[in-house]
Amino acid sequence: MTAPLLRVANLSKRFGGFVALNDVSLEVADGERLGVIGPNGAGKSTLVNCVAGLLRPDAGRVVFGDKDITALPAHRRARLGIARSFQLPRPFRSMTLEENLAISRDYAAREATDARALLSQLGLGAKVQSLPRDLTQIELRKLELARALAARPRLVIADEVMAGLSHGEVDEMMGVLLALNQGGITIMMIEHIMRAVMRFSQRIIVLDAGRKIADGAPVEIVRNEAVERAYLGA
Amino acid sequence: MLIGGYAATVAIANDYYFYAGYIVLQYVVLATAWNILGGYAGYVNFGSAGFYAVGAYTAAILCLALGAPLPVMILGGGLAAGVIGLAAGYLALRIKDVYFAIATLALAVVVQTIVDNWDYVGGTRGIYVLHPHHAIGFSNYPRLLFFTMLVLAVGSVVVARSVEHSRFGRGLAAIRDDEHAAESAGVPTLRLKLMAATLSGILMGAAGAPFPYFVSHLEPSSTFSLAVAVNAIAMPMIGGATSWAGPVIGALVLGGAQQIATVTISSVLNLLIVGLLLIGFVIFAPEGIVGLARRLLR
Repeated sequence: MTAPLLRVANLSKRFGGFVALNDVSLEVADGERLGVIGPNGAGKSTLVNCVAGLLRPDAGRVVFGDKDITALPAHRRARLGIARSFQLPRPFRSMTLEENLAISRDYAAREATDARALLSQLGLGAKVQSLPRDLTQIELRKLELARALAARPRLVIADEVMAGLSHGEVDEMMGVLLALNQGGITIMMIEHIMRAVMRFSQRIIVLDAGRKIADGAPVEIVRNEAVERAYLGA
Repeated sequence: MLIGGYAATVAIANDYYFYAGYIVLQYVVLATAWNILGGYAGYVNFGSAGFYAVGAYTAAILCLALGAPLPVMILGGGLAAGVIGLAAGYLALRIKDVYFAIATLALAVVVQTIVDNWDYVGGTRGIYVLHPHHAIGFSNYPRLLFFTMLVLAVGSVVVARSVEHSRFGRGLAAIRDDEHAAESAGVPTLRLKLMAATLSGILMGAAGAPFPYFVSHLEPSSTFSLAVAVNAIAMPMIGGATSWAGPVIGALVLGGAQQIATVTISSVLNLLIVGLLLIGFVIFAPEGIVGLARRLLR
């Protein structure tokens, strides 16, 4: 087996007295589709922010490829190939869709990116010159993803890109993510919609109260007693 | 434009126009400078008067201590204010919104306190900085100062415009729209903000540098004036803060109105006019004259 693309080792993060992450370790292989699930407040978003760089962990290390990135600011990580979408879409509101993509293309991408082609690929081809305020929810989430992809990332962290979408839209979004993965991009999917995350992921990690309580194939996770307790509180 | 400005210094007989024109052009520079950090990056600086005064006092010291010529005074004033911008930015740009604004206000107060208590520059009494007697190429020195300010105004607009259309400017716009999203998209937010603060400081300092010659008697209360701080914010807001044209239009309209009001009504009513206009624009046209025009043309 080759070295993992992302390695998180003994990560801890506290906010005052609240322990958001408690000694969490995980690995993501190059080209893998990893799902991260857990109840609200389990530490999923904190984990995303520690990996993407908007938060610094109190302890532990984050290694990307063969580089320790624990101390790097978020924009340096973006240049190394970590792209993320935000749970609540955060477009650049004064810019057209194309200009939105131009930011990550110009600042993070190591190679040329065709913003228009990328937007068309995600079904936003007709809205290249639109402003974010003219988009629907699903289109805003696609824009989040498109902007992440314009950085030509090696790892995409999709933070609840499907929340609030209809059944059909979830399938559509999943198709997009699977196609990206086919193209060689490693994907870490943080998701509440079980149907989607179970079908999408090759492997799933479960967080609860800041700890990793399970790590395995979807079929194993479904049968895992600790996971059942965390979700059902039994 | 520069040729036209020079022609005016030869053709127009009344000196008053050059005094008034100097003030208006000075506000073009200040508003444009403020807008680089405030409009493009979205960081509101309440301390413009501090940067302006650093430029003015640095220039005065260069003149008195070293007998430096005007271009050196402007260069020195700009650099000193740029250094202050960089330093203040490093300390303050990690905080956001209203907290950043308060920090810049505090900076202006600190600088004024230092000047008030510094004997070399006359403390609160002020100091005389007389301009040279001869103005080569101009019939008198105020006309030379007017032309100098015109050059600075054109220069700062050229700088602002090229920033706006550059990768740097797009990065600043991303910061203004959403700083976390910008950082995650690879934009080195702190570095860009520092660059914007430094550039803004340089231009504000340059705007203040000819001021000692303009007033002859440089003293803190008129240098750290409320008018400078308020106008530097109000002009871009009224003109429209997202493009280079906004501060220019705002400075010309507002600065011009103030000069006319000073002559025809009363000099103390100036800031009242600014205040009322600002309130009106914030309520009815938050995107300024430029935004209003765009909306009407659409």
